[in-house]
This record gives sequence, C-alpha cells and structure tokens, in this order.
Amino acid sequence: MNSVGEGCTELKREYDQCFNRWFAEKFLKGDRSADPCSELFHKYHTCVQKAIKEKDIPIEGVEFMGPSREKPDS
Amino acid sequence: MVKYFSCTGFLKSSWDQVFLAFWQRYPNPYSNHVLTEDIIFREVTPDNCLMSRRLLTKTSRAPRWAERFLPAHMAQKAYILEDSVVDPQGRTMTTLTWNISHARVMSVEERCVYKVNPENSSWTEIEREAWISSRLYGLSKAVQEFGLARFKSNVTKTMKGFEFILAKMQGETPTRTLAETATVKARETALAAKVKAKDLASQAQKKQYV
Repeated sequence: MNSVGEGCTELKREYDQCFNRWFAEKFLKGDRSADPCSELFHKYHTCVQKAIKEKDIPIEGVEFMGPSREKPDS
Repeated sequence: MVKYFSCTGFLKSSWDQVFLAFWQRYPNPYSNHVLTEDIIFREVTPDNCLMSRRLLTKTSRAPRWAERFLPAHMAQKAYILEDSVVDPQGRTMTTLTWNISHARVMSVEERCVYKVNPENSSWTEIEREAWISSRLYGLSKAVQEFGLARFKSNVTKTMKGFEFILAKMQGETPTRTLAETATVKARETALAAKVKAKDLASQAQKKQYV
C-alpha cells in the first residue's frame, strides 16, 4: 500500500514486513522481548512526518482515541 | 444533530488471525477508495497493549445533488485517522476512526470492538458503532442520510476485504456467498436512503427560496 509521502513507500514496506512478523510471532503470543523494528520505524516515521508537514495534514495535537464527540440526540 | 448506528458482525476466523489481517488488509479488491495508508504513531504500553495511529487517505465523492451546496473545487479526497489498541491478554482490539477533512460538511466517527465470539471461540465478533453528523445549514438531515447509507456500504466493503485477506493468509480462494448477500442488502438500503436524501435536499432547497 502506498504511503502519503511518495518517497516513503519503500521504507513503509520494509517496516510493515518487520512489524507483521513481530506482531504475529512475538506480540500476540505474549513475548515481551524488545521490538526489533524500531530502527526501521524511525526511518519511515521521519519520512512520513516530512510529507505530513508539506501537505499540511492537520494531525497536530489530536488526542489518542479522542475526537470530540457530540452525544446522539436519540 | 447526530445520527447513531450500531451493528454486530463476525468473521469466521480466530481473533489472532483477524488482528493480524487488520494490519495487512490494504490493498484488497474492495478497498479502491483507500489511496494511502501510514502508521504515524505506535507504542507498546507497560501492560503490553499495542497503541497505533493509522493515517488513511480515501476518495470522498459527494453525491451529485449535494455538489451545488459545497465549495467549488472541494478536495476529492479526505484524510482519516484510525486509533487502535490491541490487547493480546484480553484478546480484544478497539478501534476509533474519524475523518479530519471536510468535518463541517460531514463527520463520521466509528468505534469497533473486536473480540472472541462467545458462542464459537474460533470466530471473531465485531461490535460496530457510528456517529454521523453534519453542520451544513438546512441540509444536515440529507447529508446524514447519505452519510449513513455510504457508511453501511463501506462496512460491507470492509468485511469483504477482511474475508479476502484472511482467505489469502490461510491460502484459500475467498468464499463470497455470505458477503455477496450482504452487498445486495446494503445496495437496497443505500438506494432507499439516496431517495430519502434527495427528497430532503429538494425540500431544503425549496425552503431556501421561500
């Protein structure tokens, strides 16, 4: 799948591959050994953050699991 | 004014397969509206839950009847955030998804809880809730109806995409019978809502001229 940053797709692919293996073989099985993908994530993340800034995507300061929600009226 | 919707669905795969498929589900034949996908935050908490934030770009086409009410040259794509928490001990995954573009025109927020099906532990249950709102003056009802219809048809696509990826992971040819039935139903619902939305839109337009 493509990244929002045109130049980040290859970095994303490498990271995704590492993550999926770790997620299936370690994390889901309760193995708490250190995440082997952090270096790949750092490279990918730096690239994506640059693209997000350039495209002015408004994600700054958005709370985790927390968009403001109005209560349903019914 | 917020429109609320909830439903429960299930996938005939175990929780760990479904959680794994969750990260691998794009692209699939039913995700043509998803243009880009990125992980922009990820962390394992001290109690071993995985927190992630995914940024998605999706196409966002307004219905033809609404075009004249919207700003000219409005972007044809929307940015979506999807936060999730995977708890492997509790065997649950909770996701919260919402649009950060065009939120004044229409805001869709979805919350899903994935868990082991209580009646069949090799299946996974998905409890889905959605809140749809619009702040477009005089048109919010019509936009909500449209939003709900599109949301429902996207749920069908999501489930079909999941089934496709799960089958691929398990090295099978995807079965389509159940999903196809759901599509026909969703199409009928979408059509009914479209007619209703058109009605409301023409009423709103009449009101504007009074």
